[in-house]
Amino acid sequence: MEIIVPLIAATLCVWGLIKRINIFESFVEGVKEGMRTVVFIAPTMIALLLAVGMLRASGLLTWIAETIRPAAEAVGFPAELVPMGLLRPVSGSGASAILLGIYEDYGADSFLAKCASVVAGSTETTFYAVTMYYSAAGITKIRHTLVSALLADFTAIVLSVVTVSLFLS
Amino acid sequence: MAYVFGAMIAGSLAFSLFSGNAEALSEGMMESAESAVTLLISISGMLCVWSGFMRIAKDCGLIDRLSRLCAPLLRRLYPDVDVESDAFRYIAMNISANLLGLGNAATPLGLNAMKELKKQNPTNVASDSMLTFVLMNTASIQLLPTTIAVLRKSYGSQQPFDILICVWLTSALALTAGLVSAKLLNRRKAWRSSSRLSPRRCASGG
Repeated sequence: MEIIVPLIAATLCVWGLIKRINIFESFVEGVKEGMRTVVFIAPTMIALLLAVGMLRASGLLTWIAETIRPAAEAVGFPAELVPMGLLRPVSGSGASAILLGIYEDYGADSFLAKCASVVAGSTETTFYAVTMYYSAAGITKIRHTLVSALLADFTAIVLSVVTVSLFLS
Repeated sequence: MAYVFGAMIAGSLAFSLFSGNAEALSEGMMESAESAVTLLISISGMLCVWSGFMRIAKDCGLIDRLSRLCAPLLRRLYPDVDVESDAFRYIAMNISANLLGLGNAATPLGLNAMKELKKQNPTNVASDSMLTFVLMNTASIQLLPTTIAVLRKSYGSQQPFDILICVWLTSALALTAGLVSAKLLNRRKAWRSSSRLSPRRCASGG
């Protein structure tokens, strides 16, 4: 699987040469666009990552997770997945850390590990993606994007438990 | 966005004062500012390299071909976007790259798609197509969650890919939930603004 990325790169180069395109110039032109994009999205990204970092450092996220826990248990939702669900939309690395923690504590083939893996595999770092894509287009009024995106994340967390119980246990 | 940003920062401060770990907060502030810049530098490498290769793909006419392949399905999701436009081409490529699990390649394509969509909508308000597109990128739609499988295997999983059906079902339904809710919210707002606009229209007409 690791070979796929260099393979694509090489295929593109060979194809370009066959089509008699100056692939070096094309590549450099693309890198220029990439550079410009980075500079353009950087300020927004720094602002948002700062806010997310503060949210985590203040302990507010952990506190919310603890508050939701009894409610989650009451409806039969595994409480260990609550921190994962809360962290997943705001921090990719934070969610990965929780995922690995679950693998270590309960085993990679446990029910919890499967649920957490499904959550990780069917969601993205929502806040990061929303910020990045909209800042590239200079959009400041995002309307109901965040509501719908978070609803999708919530659906994914609930369904991870449902599908794993249906198909894998 | 300003409200989300403000709420996140004010909420963090309020909570850290309340729970007495203001020190951790100021430390976290410095750390996250630092890691934000590190992250940007580390993604910029991949972003530039993939932008370069994707530019070759575009000059080869590969993007055209792929977007024609995806057109029947995507046309329904993006009724406002012309199939022959660059915006449509980039959307098609971004989604194909996401499906193949090439997140690094998908990002520059997605950013280009947003820039092209912006040309059709030169305001600072997100258009319906932008909304749909961002939602498709906040939901993970890859066919093979390889990273997770590798992680599970390294922690001793016997069948790291046994979650495949669950991942497909979950991500498909989650994306549907996101898109349907966006449509519904859209309709409600359109209805509200049209009922608000009509008296004004009458007034200016009279």
